[in-house]
Amino acid sequence: MKLLDSLRFRIATLFRRSQMNTEMEEELRSHIQHRADDLERSGVARAEAERRARIEFGGHVRYKEECQEAAGGTLVESLTQDVRFALRMLRKSPGFSAVTVVTLAVAIGANAVVFGVLNALILRPVNVPQTQSLYAIERGLDNAVNHSYPDYLDLRDRNRSFDGLAAYSVATVGLDTGKNPSGAWAMEVTGNYFEVLSIQPYLGRFFHGADEHGPNSAPYIVLTYAFWHSRFQDDRGVVGRTVQLNKHPFTVLGVAPREFRGTLAFVFPDFWVPIVNQEQLDGENVLNARANRGILMVLGHLKAGVTPSWAVADLNSIGSYLEKTYPKDDGHMTFSLTRPGLAGDWLGRPLQAFLTGLMLLAGLILLAACANLGSLFAARAADRSREVAVRLALGAGPMRILRQLFTEAMLISLIGGAVGLWGSVALLHGLSAWEPLPTAPLHIPVNPDASVYGVALLLSLVSAFLFGAVPVRQVLHTDPYQVIKSGSTSTVGRRITVRDLLLVAQIAICAVLVTSSMVAVRGLVRSLHSSFGFEPQNAMLVETALSMAGYRGDSVPAMQKRMIDALQSIPGVKSVGLVDRLPLFYGANSANVFTDKTTDLRPANAAAEAVVYNISPEYFDAARTTLLEGRTLTWHDDKNAPRVAIVNREFASKIFGAGENAINGYYKAKDGTRIQVVGIVEDGKYASLAEEPQPAMFLPILQWPSSQASVVVRSNGDAQQVAAAIKSTVEGLDAGLPFTIRTWNQELESALFPSRMATLSLGVLGVMGAMLSITGIFGMAAYSVSKRKKELGIRMALGAQRKEVLAAALGRALKLLAFGSGAGLLLGILASRVLGAIVYQATPRDPLVLGGVVVVMALLGLLATWIPAQRALSVNPSLLLHEE
Amino acid sequence: MLEQAQLLPGTLDLLILRAVSLGPLHGYGILLRIGQISGNALLIEQGALYPGLFRLVRQGLLKASWGTSDNNRRAKFYELTAAGRKRLREETANWNRLVAAIASALSVQSEEV
Repeated sequence: MKLLDSLRFRIATLFRRSQMNTEMEEELRSHIQHRADDLERSGVARAEAERRARIEFGGHVRYKEECQEAAGGTLVESLTQDVRFALRMLRKSPGFSAVTVVTLAVAIGANAVVFGVLNALILRPVNVPQTQSLYAIERGLDNAVNHSYPDYLDLRDRNRSFDGLAAYSVATVGLDTGKNPSGAWAMEVTGNYFEVLSIQPYLGRFFHGADEHGPNSAPYIVLTYAFWHSRFQDDRGVVGRTVQLNKHPFTVLGVAPREFRGTLAFVFPDFWVPIVNQEQLDGENVLNARANRGILMVLGHLKAGVTPSWAVADLNSIGSYLEKTYPKDDGHMTFSLTRPGLAGDWLGRPLQAFLTGLMLLAGLILLAACANLGSLFAARAADRSREVAVRLALGAGPMRILRQLFTEAMLISLIGGAVGLWGSVALLHGLSAWEPLPTAPLHIPVNPDASVYGVALLLSLVSAFLFGAVPVRQVLHTDPYQVIKSGSTSTVGRRITVRDLLLVAQIAICAVLVTSSMVAVRGLVRSLHSSFGFEPQNAMLVETALSMAGYRGDSVPAMQKRMIDALQSIPGVKSVGLVDRLPLFYGANSANVFTDKTTDLRPANAAAEAVVYNISPEYFDAARTTLLEGRTLTWHDDKNAPRVAIVNREFASKIFGAGENAINGYYKAKDGTRIQVVGIVEDGKYASLAEEPQPAMFLPILQWPSSQASVVVRSNGDAQQVAAAIKSTVEGLDAGLPFTIRTWNQELESALFPSRMATLSLGVLGVMGAMLSITGIFGMAAYSVSKRKKELGIRMALGAQRKEVLAAALGRALKLLAFGSGAGLLLGILASRVLGAIVYQATPRDPLVLGGVVVVMALLGLLATWIPAQRALSVNPSLLLHEE
Repeated sequence: MLEQAQLLPGTLDLLILRAVSLGPLHGYGILLRIGQISGNALLIEQGALYPGLFRLVRQGLLKASWGTSDNNRRAKFYELTAAGRKRLREETANWNRLVAAIASALSVQSEEV
């Protein structure tokens, strides 16, 4: 009660401070007036009386200050006093201040950046109202996000847990607004998409579920704000205009608000189009194909009061209905919920794991920085033990001194945090504006929001307490008498001090960081030199979308053959091959395959899920994929010939076992077609660099036509000349055909992008860790040398050799270094398992990595102890002993 | 000018309490009252009074309110609270015991030991 009262009083005085000041002033003035009145009455003139009254009163300012203190209004004053004193102390040792501020700025900045990315991509990946109840539906044990349209309809109509389910998918289409037809990114969405997400149009209107009346019944598009801005120059008259998509007329209905950029975290579409019209865009109607699980993703808001687990149970009951009703198409239909936006399994999971790992590492950086600063602070407190002792002896309470030290820590922390935050905000804005890949509308929308600032502030405060608390015990145990008598508190003992432990911890943390970054870098190097199953060097890619130019049915393969023949005749071109979808280009198409003996072709009986490529006969030549056995495809493998395939080694051993009877063996596609294997090629990478060997089959494009196709042109000529020749050749074939020309290496950027980013971020963290360990070891070594100068001098005077002096001065630091590195290496190996998911072939059990870490840590130790060692050796015993 | 005694540390608060116990007074009035009741025998710098007053208010022994003085000037008047009255009784008793003890100690003659 008393405490509460005094607290209330203090807080009240805090707010009434200025009022109190004027009152105090008035009271003192009133006193002087009263005194002057008395003097005047005794015959002194008024002016003289007032002068005398003031003199008699005494030190006006001093008494006022004492009054303020007596009245308890000292909190603010003593705080400003503390801050001023702290600033003075920091100015007095600029080196110390700079090192501490920079250390913290880097550590807090790193955390803010990683948290910013985590926050933007994982915590709020989709910019729509009420994200907390918005879920995407995953299917099966491998958490696939792709569903078929008929399945989606069943989920939408039969569930009782969602306020409506919408579905969307991404496609490239040819857009013609009257001039200059070009490729654009469309999001094919269900009619209820905007209603389910509660998005209101910025301009015009959206399409609705009621607009859908069967296939191709809703030729409408809704533009994104960015596309409206860049392609239509903010023209408000665009609403109602007709544009051509793949040569089909579509009406522009409206424009979406600026902040809504679709429901994928990384890919911002150019416009939305009703999915019932997908045949016009994709060239093939999949609306009734229950087994065709393109890339349709499903999401919706849970009804109020429905828990996710209830919704999962609801969906699973629909799943078992689907399994029973459509045993041929729907295999294992269990469902789970996930946050929307991260295109599911192949992106969301590893990204989340990686970012969480990165956040952990960044947290470790901050911990290491705190350990570093903690030992610096402890050393500083020890050096200031005389000052502390004097202040204690003069009657300052230990609490007051601790508050002073904490004020200093807090000040450093806040300055460091502010600098770090400033840097990270700039970096995050830069990342958000960056479009890393030329081939896709890929964005990393990581603009910082309030929670990033909050986290940075919180981290600053927490770290201030962490490293500010290190010297507390030291101060509380200071015995002023002893300190002032003996000069300093240097106790050179064998005892393990807090500082030693901090250093070991710090070095261990840094070794973890160095290990992980080396594992990642090594993994990247390997992935760049590993076998992709094709050779991207000296290959150009011609991307054509024949459906955009209106090619249909039989005209597609005919045009493809003409194009291949025309390109083949360009001088310098060695071979030209065609593939429906490039390997390593945002995942791969796959399908279930069955052994020849299987008669019940339900998904559960599938022998494997194989990656499918539809290729022209020369593709293997152009891609430089090695044919191991059998024959390659020919132009005679057409619709009238028996169905054949070339499979990879993994496929052969998985379906036929040991590869013995694979050649000329048969397997079954999911529709029951018997396919004969005529050749076997080497394994390659198909969906991602990090994948395990996967079965793959290559089918003749004449038997499985596809209008989406990339042409691989292998040449030994100059890339630019070849590109120019390709351009004129394709234009000569059809001037209205949209196409792009790139080198295969450029195309691979997209496949390498995740591991590049991972390696980059880990590399940066590793360098930070290395820097921190240098400053940590340096601080420790330099401090111990300076503390033991006298002892070293005596040793030298007594005839110690250089080696012995060094051992005495730095042995302890090096021992701690070795110990910390060992612990860190072990931890790093454990932590690196997480990396395997992202960075291809990232394994810590790699002699080069282990050796590398040991060498790096030793080098760091050498670097950090070099200057202190020089200092120790330059000790001049006679000078030193004279000094005291 | 008559000789004045330095104040012992801690005694100013007691004097203030005593002066105010005779009726509400403003700061200058308290000084005059202390001079009056001590026969002007104590040396107190005028300003030194005020930190003491603020301390006593904070401890809840005095309460203050603004009013008008005999000179028709605005002034802050102090009076004892119940706690102040109690403290004055205790401190007075303490002081008397102390004085008696010191006096008896100082008046002892050598043959009485």
